[in-house]
This record gives sequence, structure tokens and C-alpha cells, in this order.
Amino acid sequence: MSEKWNTDNFTEWKAEDFPIGAVCVDGGNSVEYITGGWRAERPVWTQENCKNCMLCWVVCPDSSILTADGKMTGIDYDHCKGCGVCVKECKFGALELVLEADAKEAE
Amino acid sequence: MSELVEIRWHARAGQGAVTAAKLVAETALSQGRYMQAMPEYGPERTGAPLKAYTRVCDTPIEVHNNITNPQIVVVLDETLLDLENVTEGMAQDGTVILNTRMTPAEAREKLGVSDKVTVATVDASGIAMATIHRNIPNTPIVAALSKVTGVIPYDEFVQHLKTTFGKKFSQQIIDANLESVKRAYEEVQQ
Amino acid sequence: MAERAEQKIVSATGNMMVTEAFRQADPDVVCAYPITPQTTIVEGFAKCVANGQVHTEFVTVESEHSSMSACIGSAQAGARTFTATSSQGLAYMYEELPIAAGMRLPIVMANANRAISAPINIHCDHSDVMGARDTGWLLFFAEDAQEAYDNTMIAIRTAEDKDVQLPVMTTLDGFITTHAMERAELMNDEAAKEFLGERTPLFPLLDTENPIAAGMFADQDSYFELHKALRDAVTASKPVIKRIGDEWAELSGRPFDFVDAWGCDDADYIIVVLGSAAGNARHQARLLREKGVKAGVARIRVFRPFPYEELVAALHGAKAVAVLDRSENFGGEYGPVGLEVATALYNAKETIPLKNYMFGLGGHDVTLEQMEQVYEDLEKLAAGTIDGSIEYLGNR
Repeated sequence: MSEKWNTDNFTEWKAEDFPIGAVCVDGGNSVEYITGGWRAERPVWTQENCKNCMLCWVVCPDSSILTADGKMTGIDYDHCKGCGVCVKECKFGALELVLEADAKEAE
Repeated sequence: MSELVEIRWHARAGQGAVTAAKLVAETALSQGRYMQAMPEYGPERTGAPLKAYTRVCDTPIEVHNNITNPQIVVVLDETLLDLENVTEGMAQDGTVILNTRMTPAEAREKLGVSDKVTVATVDASGIAMATIHRNIPNTPIVAALSKVTGVIPYDEFVQHLKTTFGKKFSQQIIDANLESVKRAYEEVQQ
Repeated sequence: MAERAEQKIVSATGNMMVTEAFRQADPDVVCAYPITPQTTIVEGFAKCVANGQVHTEFVTVESEHSSMSACIGSAQAGARTFTATSSQGLAYMYEELPIAAGMRLPIVMANANRAISAPINIHCDHSDVMGARDTGWLLFFAEDAQEAYDNTMIAIRTAEDKDVQLPVMTTLDGFITTHAMERAELMNDEAAKEFLGERTPLFPLLDTENPIAAGMFADQDSYFELHKALRDAVTASKPVIKRIGDEWAELSGRPFDFVDAWGCDDADYIIVVLGSAAGNARHQARLLREKGVKAGVARIRVFRPFPYEELVAALHGAKAVAVLDRSENFGGEYGPVGLEVATALYNAKETIPLKNYMFGLGGHDVTLEQMEQVYEDLEKLAAGTIDGSIEYLGNR
């Protein structure tokens, strides 16, 4: 939770407790909102097959393809919703969609 | 003149009636009085008949409607007499100032008004053509209005004209306007 | 306490006076689209920009929908932001009006009050602004060119006040006030600028040290509470408007009241009205007082927030009250002003007989004869020989 803005008791806020204009006073905090739990399937990355073409990075709607120095380093499972667009677009068989339940079991 | 004075202007769009209505109002303002000047609001179409209004008073003016019972009616185009009743609603002892070559007697007959009404005529268009070289009879007719009714003093009007036109026009145009004003002041008949 | 400041007597139309207020406020951004009879405001202001009299980013947009959208972005960025519109233009902005209010953005907009189509009509009534009545904007109504200026000055300070942070619409009657040349007083630039100050934005989007997100989604868990917050903010703006209005009155020498109550102290018969028609009502009331009829006029200058207490105080003791409405409420009995007055009186347990009139729609001329008829009706209403049902005043 942000230091600037404690929203723990949000559902109990009265009219006067909201910031003026319903502004979110701590911008960029969507990273704190874990959407990985929405996933029914997950993409699994096979590094050996990956050519770092970055097409998955371009199409990912949740900015969940992790990179460093222009190369893919992994997948942000805290925010990946398992839509599978990256798997669909991958031309090199480096990404595969598996059932979340199976993946969890394997872990 | 302490009472509210209401003037209704009849003209065709492009003859400068709105400017005239404002010239009278602003001259009154320069004397420290209160005033209103407004056109009869609507689409602007050159040549179409229009009305404009001026109110002048020593005290603040509250009313904001069109003028339906003017003391003074000014007609900048005599062909309008065949189109509309310019004296409609006018005070019984009102004044009509008409831009025409007619004599006051001829104009009175044409207007069909009683003896109580003052009728004054001036060939403002002729004067404008001779001086400004365009048929914009508004400044000369204001001079005639000033002389006949005294609603604004002539000297104040000339001074105001010099000041406002001085900001916009060349000396040649200002001189031509001043000449037209002087002639109308001298030539208006009643 | 401020001293009376030096002012200049000018001949000006209402639109010219609004332009002067805008010029003195030197806004950061003006986004506007021209529409009769507002056009000369933005034309005049564009001239100020071209002449270097202001430091404004003047954004010429392709529609009013865009102008209000641009204003919202600009105001959220932190800029002092103004616009102006009228009639169909205001209607076209409707989608954005509640957004500006809900996001608590202090945009100041001049509206030249004009009829709404159909039929097409460019003249004065209050249909446009009353259509935007429930959007969370504060609404001021000017009686004449002078007040168009005064209200705009007060509107700018009010909108940007740290305790208000709401958009304000400063309205003037189309043509009657926007285009009539009148005598008015203009504050000297230095005193005007000192009065207006500068905007201190609450959550400027351009403050990269403190990033925010604006224009948020609010679900069933918060939308309802946030609407209550907006209602409270509009209501709470009242004492601030009063404080700023009084400050301007001190500086200008022209009184400020939510309700301009003329002759209401001892009046038997009172007309309640907004805008330029009040002068005609007052003129008729003066004539009637010379004949011994105790006539009064209560002119509402601030319509949102609505001054219930001030209005009840003005009407208290009257034998009958007429409310003149310049916008329709088809299928309902009373117009928007009539409804407010009825609410005010009912909640104050006042039982003064009330009658509502539609008048002046589409620039229908407002005459002294109409006002005379209303006062005559009020005597009959007090005597119980006519009822309070709505009437079209001066209709053929």
C-alpha cells in the first residue's frame, strides 16, 4: 500500500473522505494491483527457442513481458492475465499456453 | 433633458444606422450621462430594412426591451416609408428626422402625421455623396438630429466624432465626415 | 478592508465587458468555438492574444464538444482555463459539463443565453443554460453589461478558490446584454489583476514530482458517495461566493447580493426573475409605487447554488408572488425558477400564493405592459379570483 494514500478502508469512506475530484493522488500505483490471480491459463517461456524479436512485448496488453538490455528475461506473473496473445504471436515456439492449475501443480 | 429619451432608427443594413445609434449614445456618455444603443437583433443582410435603438438619460437606464414608443424617429432611407409605418407607436408630440429631398411639408403629408409632430428633412444622402462620396448618410443625419431635438449638443457630437473616427480613419475621411456634418446641421429644415 | 479602486467609465456591450474580464485575468488557455451571440467574446479575446495583451494559448477547436474537452485537459494540467459559448454550442458540450464539475476543475465559461432549436432561433431565453442546470456548474446570471463584467470577475475567483474548485458559468442574456452598448465601469488593470490573483491548482497533472491519475472510474462502491461530495461542494461554495462578491463590491462600489431584492421589504406583490428582464420589472414596480401599489422585484443573481434563505427573506410578508421563467419544462407545471421558488417557500412553511409565467422565449419582447399585467394578476391571485397555474405571458 502506498505511503501517500491509505485506501485500506475505502469501502467505508464517506463523501468528505475522497480526494477532491476523485483524483487518484498516488499515480502509477496500478503495479500494486495484482491481476495475476485472474488467470486460467499461463504462458510459459522456453528461453532456448527465443530470438528476442520482442513481438510478445509489443502485443502484451498488460506490460507483463519482462526485459533487460533489449532482451526478454521472463514473464511478470503478478500481472499477466493469461490472455495468450503472446503465445499466438510467437513465431519461434518460445511461448506455450498451459493450464494454470497444471502449472501450479508442477510448482 | 433629464427625462429618458428614446430614439428609433429606421434604415437599410449598410447605411450606418447602428453606428449612428452608438454615436448618439457615446456622445451622451461623454457628457456623463447614461445610455443604451442596440440594433434590432437578427441576421445581418445588407440592404434589408432594420431598426436600431438609442436611449439617453441622466440616470441609470433599467429597461432593456425594444423601443416601441419613441419620442424621436430617424429614417435614413425614404424608400422605407412605402414599406413600413415608421411612426408606429411614436409619441403624439414626437419628432421625425427624414433623409430625403422632400420639404418638411411634403414629408409631413407623406407621413400623414398631426401638426403636433415635428417633421424635419435633410438630404443626408446628397450631402454624403458630395462629401464622403458614398451613400452613408449616418453622420450627417446625427447632426440634423442634434440641431432639431437637442438630444445631444452639436459641439459635443463633433468632438466625439473627431475622437472616435480619429482612431480608425484617415484625415481625409474625417474631414469629409466633418464637412457632411456641418452641411447637414446648416441645411436641415423643419 | 479594500479601498475603492479607480475605474474608467466606458461604453461597452456585455460581450466586450466579458472580454475585458478575460483580458485582465490573463488565462493560460482559452479553447473556444464561435456561435452567435457569443462570437464577439472570443473574437475580442483572440484580438487580445494577437496584440500581445495576454499570454494565452488560444486553442481554436472544431466544435464545442472539443472546446470543453480541451478545457478539461487544460484545467487538469493546472492552467487557468476559460471558454465561452451559447445555445446549441452549450448543448453540444453537455457530455463534458458534468465531467468538468465531477473532476472539480475551475473552468470559467461565459454563456450568451440563447434559445434552443427547433425552430432555429438566435435570440435570448434561458433554455440553453437551464438545460445545463444539473451538471454541477455554478450558475451566475447578469442583468446588464456591468454585471456581466462583475460576475465574470467573481466567477474566476470563486472557481479557483481552494475551498470551491468548481466550474462556473457566468451568463448574460443573448443580444439584449451581449450586444447592447451601455455605460459601464471598468476596473483599472492593476487592481483587477490583484483581485484575481493567480490560480494555484490542487492536483496539477503536469506536476511530475507528484504524479496523479485523474478522470477515475468509480463503481457502486464510491460513485454515490462522490456525487454527495459534489453536492456538498456546490452548497459549500455559497459563503465563499459571498466573501468574494463582498470583496469585489468593496473594491468596485457596486453591491453584491445573491438576490437583488428591490422594494421587497414592504412589498405586497413581488416578481421573481433572472437576467435582463429584471430592469423592466423594476421600472414597472417604480411606476406602480407612484400609484400606491407596493410592488417589488426579487432578481436572482446566483442560481447555483440556489439562495433559498435570501429568497425567502425577500418574499416574506408578500401577499402574492409571480415567478417569471424564460425556459420551458414541457409537461411539468412550473419552469425551473418557479420550481425553486415553490420549494423555497414550502420548506420555509410560507403559504404565499404563487403564480408562474413563461416569458420572452426566443427573444419575445419583454414589455412594461407584460409586467403591468403580472402585477395586476398578483392582486387577483391574492384575492383568490385566479389560480397559480402557468401562463404564457403576452402570447397571442
